[in-house]
Amino acid sequence: MAQVEVRNVRKVYRRDQLEVPVLDGLSIEIEKGEFIALMGPSGSGKTTLLNLIGGIDRPTSGEVVVDGEDTATLSTRELARWRSRHIGYIFQMYNLMPVLTALQNVELPLLLVRGMKAKERRERARLALSIVGLEDRLDHYPRQLSGGQEQRVAIARAVVTDPTLILADEPTGDLDKKSATEVLELLEKLNSGYQKTIVMVTHDPGAAERAHRMVHLDKGVLSR
Amino acid sequence: MNFATLVLANLGRNKVRTILTTLSIFVALFLFCSVRAVTDTLQDTINVGNESRLITRNKTSLVFPLPMGHLERIRALPGVTAVTWSNWFGGTDPVDTRSFFAQFAIDAKTYLPMYDSDLAIVDASPAPGVSAPAGMDPRLAAFMNERTAAIIGEGLMKKKGWKLGQTIRINGTIYPGSWLFVIRAVYRPKVKGLDDMTMYFHWDYLYENSNRQADVGVFSLELADPNRAGQIIKTVDAVFENSPAPTRTETERAFQAGFVSMMGNIPFVVRVLGGAIAFAILLVAMNTMMAAIRERTSEFGVLKTLGFSDAYLFALVLAEAALITLGGGVAGALFARFLVASGKVALPFFPPMSVHWETVFTGIGLAAFMGAVSGLVPAWQTARLRIVDALRRVA
Repeated sequence: MAQVEVRNVRKVYRRDQLEVPVLDGLSIEIEKGEFIALMGPSGSGKTTLLNLIGGIDRPTSGEVVVDGEDTATLSTRELARWRSRHIGYIFQMYNLMPVLTALQNVELPLLLVRGMKAKERRERARLALSIVGLEDRLDHYPRQLSGGQEQRVAIARAVVTDPTLILADEPTGDLDKKSATEVLELLEKLNSGYQKTIVMVTHDPGAAERAHRMVHLDKGVLSR
Repeated sequence: MNFATLVLANLGRNKVRTILTTLSIFVALFLFCSVRAVTDTLQDTINVGNESRLITRNKTSLVFPLPMGHLERIRALPGVTAVTWSNWFGGTDPVDTRSFFAQFAIDAKTYLPMYDSDLAIVDASPAPGVSAPAGMDPRLAAFMNERTAAIIGEGLMKKKGWKLGQTIRINGTIYPGSWLFVIRAVYRPKVKGLDDMTMYFHWDYLYENSNRQADVGVFSLELADPNRAGQIIKTVDAVFENSPAPTRTETERAFQAGFVSMMGNIPFVVRVLGGAIAFAILLVAMNTMMAAIRERTSEFGVLKTLGFSDAYLFALVLAEAALITLGGGVAGALFARFLVASGKVALPFFPPMSVHWETVFTGIGLAAFMGAVSGLVPAWQTARLRIVDALRRVA
């Protein structure tokens, strides 16, 4: 059974009185340990699909099953807990908390792990930061880091809870070439070294080549 | 890191705004408690009045005197164990005419024993060779044996910088002339709410120096049984009903309450002011919290994406609001209490002003309520925020 099963999903957004269809009967399966690149023009529904897989949005119709769980059947509260256990999310703009240090940012998702002591949280956050090569930037605030470093902190935050699925929404979109390469290498390492399933939205064909599979979306359907 | 770290980190995000908001609530609660101090003080004034003592005054108005002839007839009434009298002098200190303080001419040998439970003598001039009447504080010997002697409250002594044994000059307004007094004793109130800013002197001195024009301002009656106060009040007033100077008798507490009511409907004004201040706090706190939350919409979207529940974020926002309002509120209320208690603020002719602990706790409760109300709306909005809508504001 695939780790992610998207079955005949429709997603329609409402803008005032208007209905805007974004995904139209889309189905896709993603195997465990796969590294998949979602490509397509703006407005094609890439991020929407990512959000549905990550349980941060719900389909208008159809099913999204991740690790055997139909996310549409979960309550908002259950879905939040499910996300904290199963999903690591990487944003294009890093989205670190500016008032927290790198270590605190990475520690943040661990606050939701019941029974974990403060010391253990810190140790795990340190370990995650060392994996992304930032063990010497623990006490730096986001404003004291470069874009590439911020994105690496965001990656550490995404993996610190040891999720089964990492979703990356244009993770290199705001980086220079060198930093983008470092981030992509890091994602490859997480995929090959730690067997993380990765779904990455990207516009960059070079970035997409790092993935095992490229999926193209156009106007809410898979084009090839 | 924990929930508290997150709250504090977020409050430190815009330090100037946090400080200014806290300061505005500090000032508002300070004003709220200070304004309430007026009603607290008026209540203290009423509470000073003893239920076992009666006050008899002229029925027409307090400003009209009673004849000394009433004394023996009151004293003879059954249930009355002691009677004394006092008179409002209404003088001013020529050295500092704008600084008001009360002066009462009293019949010391009957007045001081009756008010022994209220006033404690803390200092007195030595009086070799003379003694105080039996039943009185022996340190009052000098005061009792000197016609121009005065007893001054220790607060007034401190304020005026007077010393024991010093001769002071008071200009009479009701009883014209320049009156000399020698400070022979200093008192301290034994009961809360009684002021230490009053001067007492011998009624005989007033009587003789006013060409025997002085009468009695009020009679104070001590009762054998306070439960019979109602009956005795009726009896006293009935005795003088057809005299040239009919009386109005009431318990000392009722008399004080009547005196306070002469100041008008201050409690109403205070309540309105207090309400306006509280409303201002609410608006300031709400506006600040709303602005702070709006700025962080995308961050809340990120936190929700990470798995933070709506309830967690609701609590986070509410805690931030509560900390600001409670921090400012507690500090403002306590500052008001200690500033007012320092004696730097005073109402003329009233006991030293104070902010009761009840007022402080009311203020803190109000601050907590304001925190809850001002935080509830943004907290609710945050909890209801859809992740996709929040994240859309990132780009």
